[in-house]
Amino acid sequence: MPLKIGAGDAGRIHDHAREAYPEECAGALVGIDQGGTKVVVDVWRAENTHEEERSRRFLIEPLKIKEFEERAEEREIGVLGFYHSHPDHPAEPSDYDREHAWPGYSYVIASVSGENVGEMRSWTLRDDRSGYDEEPIVG
Amino acid sequence: MPKVKIPTPLRQYTDGNSEVEVGGATAGEALGNLASEHPSLKQHLYTGDGKLRSFVNVYKGDEDIRYLDGQETEVSDGDELSIIPSIAGGLAGRCR
Repeated sequence: MPLKIGAGDAGRIHDHAREAYPEECAGALVGIDQGGTKVVVDVWRAENTHEEERSRRFLIEPLKIKEFEERAEEREIGVLGFYHSHPDHPAEPSDYDREHAWPGYSYVIASVSGENVGEMRSWTLRDDRSGYDEEPIVG
Repeated sequence: MPKVKIPTPLRQYTDGNSEVEVGGATAGEALGNLASEHPSLKQHLYTGDGKLRSFVNVYKGDEDIRYLDGQETEVSDGDELSIIPSIAGGLAGRCR
């Protein structure tokens, strides 16, 4: 299913990736699942609270996820997924990403190197957790 | 009955509901009843041997039940349990 991210929200993900470099950034994608398309209406930053190796690891605290779910519900939208950056690496999910992913969410990965944000791609975990399928990002 | 709040990706298994009332005197009973009433939810909450998956967090109010009495944590009418995903990842070799 395509994921629609407007230029403004895509730009905010790029800014976050650049600011966090050389560490990974992370945040939530919120919006509406319209059946045929998931439409992102906002992106919410989260702090990367992984205790070490934040250049190759990220963690969003469960209480932060709970807060995101509640904020989204108040606005009658949903948490569609999460974004994170891969400093100096391609925008492709790792084995570590897969072990920690949930079916149903979109996982957007932005490749960043210094000030340059390269490609940004979106992935969903298969129901049987065997791997990822890429979903097109549309503007 | 206690209420269980369902995170966005699991609502496809609860007929789109973000909150479900289920019977049960403990968190474990309530989650077990939830899984019985919505069987397709079960594989996403529990491992094959019936343990809660490690990336599934359960909160009673604002407290992780791991720091209360785990699945034995008592719940009563009006209590709110929340199923909260762990969101983590990062680089460690590519995978497709």
